[in-house]
Order: sequence, then C-alpha cells, then structure tokens
Amino acid sequence: MTLKDLRVGKSGRVISVGGEKALRRRLLEMGITPRTFITVKKAAPLGDPIELLLRGYILSLRLEDAEKIEVEEANE
Amino acid sequence: MIFALVGNQNSGKTTLFNQLTGSNQRVGNFPGVTVEQKVGSITGRADLSIVDLPGIYSLSPYSSEEIVTRDFLLKQKPDGIINIVDATNIERNLYLTLQLIELQIPMVLALNMMDEVQANNGSIDIIGLREILGIPIVPISATKKHGLTELVEQAVETAQNRKKPEHNDFCTGAVHRAIHAITHLIEDHAGRQGIPARFAASKLVEGDDPMLECLQLSAHEAESIEHAVKEMESELTTDREAALADMRYQFIEDACGKCVVKVKESREYRRSVKLDSILTHKFLAFPAFLGIMFGVFWLTFGVIGTPLSELTEWGIEELSGVIEGLFESFGLNDILQALIIDGIFAGVGAVISFIPIIITLFFFLSMLEDSGYMARVAYVMDKPLRKIGLSGRSFVPMLMGFGCTVPAVMATRTLASERDRKLTIFLTPFMSCSAKIPIYALITAAFFPRHQALVMISLYMIGILLGVLSGLLMKKNVYKGVPVPFVMELPNYRFPSIKTVLLLLWDKAKDFIQRACTIIFIATVAIWFLQSFDIRFNYVTDSAESMLAIIGQGLGVIFSPLGFSDWRVSTGLITGFLAKEAVISTLAVLTGASITELGDILHTLFSPLAAFSFLIFTLLYTPCVAAVAAVRREIGSLRGMLFIVIYQTAFAWLVAFLVYQIGSLLG
Repeated sequence: MTLKDLRVGKSGRVISVGGEKALRRRLLEMGITPRTFITVKKAAPLGDPIELLLRGYILSLRLEDAEKIEVEEANE
Repeated sequence: MIFALVGNQNSGKTTLFNQLTGSNQRVGNFPGVTVEQKVGSITGRADLSIVDLPGIYSLSPYSSEEIVTRDFLLKQKPDGIINIVDATNIERNLYLTLQLIELQIPMVLALNMMDEVQANNGSIDIIGLREILGIPIVPISATKKHGLTELVEQAVETAQNRKKPEHNDFCTGAVHRAIHAITHLIEDHAGRQGIPARFAASKLVEGDDPMLECLQLSAHEAESIEHAVKEMESELTTDREAALADMRYQFIEDACGKCVVKVKESREYRRSVKLDSILTHKFLAFPAFLGIMFGVFWLTFGVIGTPLSELTEWGIEELSGVIEGLFESFGLNDILQALIIDGIFAGVGAVISFIPIIITLFFFLSMLEDSGYMARVAYVMDKPLRKIGLSGRSFVPMLMGFGCTVPAVMATRTLASERDRKLTIFLTPFMSCSAKIPIYALITAAFFPRHQALVMISLYMIGILLGVLSGLLMKKNVYKGVPVPFVMELPNYRFPSIKTVLLLLWDKAKDFIQRACTIIFIATVAIWFLQSFDIRFNYVTDSAESMLAIIGQGLGVIFSPLGFSDWRVSTGLITGFLAKEAVISTLAVLTGASITELGDILHTLFSPLAAFSFLIFTLLYTPCVAAVAAVRREIGSLRGMLFIVIYQTAFAWLVAFLVYQIGSLLG
C-alpha cells in the first residue's frame, strides 16, 4: 500500500520512496527514508494535502505525492 | 572575520541573526552569488561580520535558496559557519549539519531552543554529541538571549585556530567505499576548483549534476565514477539518492539514540494541536481564516493605518505650507516653487502617506507569519490554488494584493521557486488594490446608486476571475517550468519575536522611502512637467493647453472604442499610473469641479455603459508606479516588468472594449 491509502490516525513504516527527481530528493531529505515510522495525523479541510507526524515534527504533503511512498501499516 | 549563519527554516535563524547584530544590518552583495544577502556585524564586535543565509534543509541544487547557500559557502569561503539547529527537532536538523561538516570549514553548532527541550523533561548530552559530530556545540536560546556570548566566543576561537570539523566520515559499508574511491579519483579536480574533495564526492554519489559539470572531469573519470556508484547500488539494492539519505539518517538516529532523551509530546506541540483543532478544522478553518483576515484588514485600513496615514498626510501638508511660506518670503521663482510644492510635495507626499498603512499591514502579516499561522493557510489553500498551477504558499501574497500591490509583491520573496514567484507577482495586480476604492465609490455612486454594492463586489469578482483565466493561460505559455513540490513543514505555533518583527518593519519602511525618493520622485517631476508646460516649453496656467492635455487627447482616440474619449479622462488615467487615487483628484482638477459636484459632471463625460467600461479598465490596467517598481525589483528583470505592464494594459483595454461594444449591441 502507499502512504495515500493510510487512513487518518493510522501509522506505517516506509518501504520505499518514489517520485521524480526533485520531489524524491526532497522527501528523502525531509526524513522520509526507508523504515521511517510515519503517522497520518489529519487531512486539510478539502481532503488534500495531509498532515504527517514523523521524526518528531509535522510535515504536510499532497496526496499525489504521498502516493509515491510505499508503506506497510505498523504500530509503534 | 566573516561567519555564515546556516540552518533549517523555522530553526530560529533570523531571530539569532537579529539578536547577534541588532540594527547593524545591511544588504550585502557577494560576487558569484545572485541573491542579495543580509550582513550584520555582531554587536560590540565590529570586526565580526555575519551573513544570514536562506533557511534550507539540504545542500542539494534544487531550490534557489539551496543554490545560493551552496555557492556562498563554496565561493566566498567564510572564516566560519554557525550552524543553528532546533533542538526540539534535532533529527531532521542534523541532516543539513552532516553535509555542512563535509565542507571542512571551521564550524560551530548552535543548539537552539534547549530551554524548551529541558522544560519538557528532555535532554541532550552535549559532550557526547560533540564527540560524535566532531564540532563544538553551544546550547542557546535565541529568543531568551541565553548562551549567545559563549556562542560568539566559541565561533571566534574555532575560526581563529582554523579548527576544521574533526570527522567527516559518517558512513559505513558500500557507501563508504564508493565515496572513498571517488574522493581519491577527483581530488585534483576538486582542488583546482577550490571545492573540498570529500563534499564533491558525496555530491557525485548523490547524482548532483551541477557538481559534475563544475569539476570538468574527463570522460574516462566520469565513467569510473558511474561504475563505483553502480557497484554501490547493486550491493545495497537501492539507488544512489536513497542510499545517501538513508545513510545520513541512520547515522543521526544512532547518534540521537546515544545522546538524546526524546520528548514524547512537548507542551508546545500539544498547544499547536489544540490551536489546529480550530484553525485547520474541516469546517472551522475557512471561517477562522476569514475572521482573522477581516480583523487584519479592519485594523489596518480602519483602526490604525488610515488615521496614521491621515496624520502623515496632514504633516506633509503642513510642512509643504511652511516651505511655501518660506519661498514666498524669499521671492523664489514661481515655476520652481510650483515644481516643489505642486509637483514633488504633492506627488511624493501622496505616496509617502501610504507608508503607515503598508507598515501596519506588514506588522500583522509578519506576526501571523512568524507565529506559524501562514504555513497553515498555505496548507489549507493548497488544493484550490493547484488548479492554476500554484501552491498554497502563493495565497498569502495574493491576499495582500487586495490591500496594496506593493507589499504583496514584496511578500512573494518567501516563495521557494522562481517560477511560482513570477506567476504570483503576475497575478497579484488582478486583486483590486485598496487605492482603487475611491474611484469605484465615486463612479458607482454617480451611475449605479441603487446597485452600488453589487457593482463593487462584481468588480472584485471580475478581477479574481480574469486573474484565474490569465493564470491558466500563463502557466502553459510564459511561466513554464516544474512547480516545486509542496512538501512543507508545519512548525509548532510560537509567539513571534517582537524584535524580529520590528526590524522587518524598519526594513520595509526604509525600502519604501528609498523608492519614493527615487523612481516616484522622477515620475512625479515628469508628470508635473508635462502638465505645466506646452509643447513650446512655455509655462501654462490652464492645464488644457499643456503637453499632458495633448497626450490625453491623443490617448482619447485609443479610449473612444471603450466609450470614453474626453481628454480629461485619459489624463486622469495617466496620473492614475502615479497613484490610483490620483484618477479622481485629476478629474476634479481638470473639470474644475469640487468633489461634491464631480458626480454630476461625470454624466457629461460618460454614459452609464461607458462608466462601467471605465471601471473595468481602471480595475485591470497597469499597476501604479510604486507597484511597478516593486515588480521590477522582485521579478529581477526589466523585461519581466514590461511584460506585466503591457499585458495588464492591453488586457484591460480588450476587456473594456468587449464590455462596451457588446453592451452597445445589446442596447
């Protein structure tokens, strides 16, 4: 499954990060690397972007970009 | 000695810079670096300069901020780096630190917000972390001014002794081998370019094209590098970019595991979640936003800004009266007196009197920005703005456009991508600025007294709608390029630093006054000249004989298809280029009517349909001189500025033409 499919309130662990060059690089730099634990905290009022908690901070991401991140559901 | 201040966005970098330098700041230009940087000298230490570089998350060559920082560090070679790290968000902040260490420039880590970590029962083993990273670490609190003296002392000592970071190897296994092999291979090339070999090698492993170009490697060498990378990739079963990011984060996780007692949920985090339960709530977010914005505009234009502006205006008038009196008592030449009083004082004064409004607007908006709310606005508004090819971050500048185009255009500086910035600047003038309100008010009262509010609102709507259409057109044709991905941090809400906000206001005010004294001064003198002389350069008392009138008559031909051909109207539009509210005062002066009589006089100049077409034209045509100057500055090229001026004016003409002609056909 991808990060896009992870429902609000659920957590997951990153398997792999896709996307084209600049996007992918930015995702990796912001700490979305393999095995990172991510919780989907919220969605924006119009359903997109979403709010993620990872490495102790909040990151917002568009659904179309979240779709590029492969995850498996996990509990801490 | 020169220090570079480098750190993530939201790490407190600007606060630290302001605390260290106070008001000893100026804009510096460095060769090889395209964007202006702020430079300041440390208070009480005039020999120590510090350069505030843009907030970045990495040294990749993707955003303009990253390129600026990288170029500065590589080409300018500062004596030292002060790397500010947010202790409450240490993992992600250290990602940049690891890359900075590879530059082998003497470096000190300023561990900011340590007080917050401690207050939440967290802790960081400074000595342990110092061992692992190999650079001095000074815990500080930039807002509370804790540890700043120690930080400066440590930075000076490190730079004076040219103490480079002790380690620069943060990787193991395959990545280590690849970097090692490549470092060896490119050492000479890197040395010739003055780039630290180790830094160059990790960038090459990451697939950094500008670095590859810069090193001027032979085909054979480039191939060997590719080979080393391929080997690493197959060993790790991952690609080059992920391999390096993963390796760095793994190192950081290990280091933090040893030295950091993490805070589970800090008080600041919980407070943010609570605030966001309203401010980004599914149904409450939009009303909350509208409420806040309404409050800001009401305070700016109603309660604070306008009275202050009126006070300034009064001050300028008084001053101008005193000077006029002085001139008369000295028997100064009439024309010179008219130039100074009617030209410069009236023109530049009208613009200066806007400063309080602009400053007040900026005050509230920068408070919202520094508190972290603007990031939420961008987050909430991202989806609708994506349709015209922008991101949520463009929303705030465009919103400011309803107040005044000048600060709105200046606010685009915070946007990450060049393309987004240009497109946002292009769209801002479509948001009808507040200086046009007097024109709308007068015309609608005279021609559409029963539907005044409706006509006003429809004008704003038409502006937004045509802006959206133009945006759609331009995103495919003129402002091409890939939009920067919207991957944005939502920082915890914080109380803004008053010092930072005040320094920012001082900066804006200075900027604006500077412009008023240069470009607006010249434009005012030019219009005054055209208005006061005829073509034989004789001074005229009746402006109907002036050069401006002749130009106005010429332009009347252009405007007659729009329904208004009177020279006084065209002249009004010309002076509207100086300041939009001048359209009304010019019409008053040229028709010899007082403001109260003007409504009736207007009926001799316009039919109701022509009046509406005139409103459309004023809504859309070129922004005023002050705004155009801001556009020139922010867009960075004369061509870009001229494009906007010409597009707006031509577009305004076309739309007004269609309105008038189709309206006439329909009767």
